[in-house]
Amino acid sequence: MYIVSLGGPKWWQQASRSVSISASLSRVESPPARADATFKVTMLPGDGVGPELMTAVKDVFKAGDVPVEFDEFHLSEVQNMASEDKLEELLSSMKNNKVAIKGKIHTPMEFKGELASYEMRLRRKLDLFANVVHVNSLPGYSTRHNNLDLVIIREQTEGEYSSLEHESVPGVIECLKIITRAKSRRIAKFAFDYATKKGRNKVTAVHKANIMKLGDGLFLQCCAEVAQLYPKIKYENIIIDNCCMQLVQNPYQFDVLVMPNLYGNIIDNLAAGLVGGAGVVPGESYSAEYAVFETGARHPFAQAVGRNIANPTAMLLSAANMLRHLNLEYHSHMVSDAVKRVIKQGKVRTGDLGGYATSDEFTQAVIANLAV
Amino acid sequence: ESLSTPSNTPETTRGMVQDPTQFDVLVMPNLYGDILSDLCAGLIGGLGVTPSGNIGANGVAIFESVHGTAPDIAGLDLANPTALLLSGVMMLRHMGLHDHAHKIQKACFDTIREKKVLTKDLGGNSKCSEFTADICRRVQDLD
Repeated sequence: MYIVSLGGPKWWQQASRSVSISASLSRVESPPARADATFKVTMLPGDGVGPELMTAVKDVFKAGDVPVEFDEFHLSEVQNMASEDKLEELLSSMKNNKVAIKGKIHTPMEFKGELASYEMRLRRKLDLFANVVHVNSLPGYSTRHNNLDLVIIREQTEGEYSSLEHESVPGVIECLKIITRAKSRRIAKFAFDYATKKGRNKVTAVHKANIMKLGDGLFLQCCAEVAQLYPKIKYENIIIDNCCMQLVQNPYQFDVLVMPNLYGNIIDNLAAGLVGGAGVVPGESYSAEYAVFETGARHPFAQAVGRNIANPTAMLLSAANMLRHLNLEYHSHMVSDAVKRVIKQGKVRTGDLGGYATSDEFTQAVIANLAV
Repeated sequence: ESLSTPSNTPETTRGMVQDPTQFDVLVMPNLYGDILSDLCAGLIGGLGVTPSGNIGANGVAIFESVHGTAPDIAGLDLANPTALLLSGVMMLRHMGLHDHAHKIQKACFDTIREKKVLTKDLGGNSKCSEFTADICRRVQDLD
């Protein structure tokens, strides 16, 4: 829940406490993690290489004896497995389990009568307003900029993806970009809360308010207002085009970035490119009650389906993040350490990282490194 | 081998960072162009070396550098003229003066390649006028 009308800053802090940066704060009533208790997690493999990556996660979890049980759902627009009923089933599973892991549900380019894709509708129904992508360099895999540690926070329920378009006159389309004070404040608060919890120093808002004076102007204003409640965290802002340029020239100047929907989508992918591509960056989406773990750069990678070449790293690291979210710290480290060890050794790497291994070989290598 | 052909702006952005050689000419609407052109400028050395042109109908065009006004170094003979000069080269091509365009571009690139008279932003110690004089000398030599 977020509050629309404001009193002073102190009231805001107390009143919006329920907008937590992780569902664990609102799960106070759930039982503590015990080794013999199994956590139920909703799994949505999605399209493209999603199912293969999910298999990798399941194999690694099985080998590592991870106490997680998956509830699988298959929802897909391109495979004609999408329907309102399926969506409802998926949603009720999510409401029970609170935590999910998913691949991307591909959005076909053709307009099939509904402007909002299933992916967007899922986000809106669960109110997964915050997308967090961790951009960390992988030890042992060198890129132009090494030792990167950025966090990109993207508002993903409004903005340019509001799916509000119409043809006012034949040949003239108007596409509405929606920015609201409530959602801008909410994502800004999420970003500062996240930075506080993770001990980060700076939050930079990314915008194009010099052109979109009202829309991005409102976003920027909200970020600045929320920033005042966090005097220990430095607040800056940067225009999106300059931000892209700075990211490729000197990404070290950034720490946590927060931005509206479209810029977030672009920057997520740019940053993934900086550390090795879509195959290595984990990401997650949060609402006040749910957490969904996925890859950072969402790409169904259709060309790779069935060829056993997709890189499981991103999904495995995201699965490790999910385990940390479930307070299974030991298992979380076990999985992420194994993945990092395999990459550092450099012997078994998939094609996107310059190697020749298949997805299966990589997964097997990770499993072999779990026991250490 | 490009395993994955980008099919939208975010993927193109990622592709541009990982392997820009997979692209040749890109065309796009306003906002994406704004973002991508700055990104690509970052890949080649920044706005100080990036030329640009604005083309309208009937051959009307304005060529410009897109870096800032740099008030801190204005009037001190320190600025790097490359961006504006290369924009001028674009203009000559637009006007059909290809020989002149080629000569000036070659002279400019050779000066930068030699690294002897670079302005501060390119890592050297020379003045704008010295950099320019070197290019002029090369242009005359090419005649």
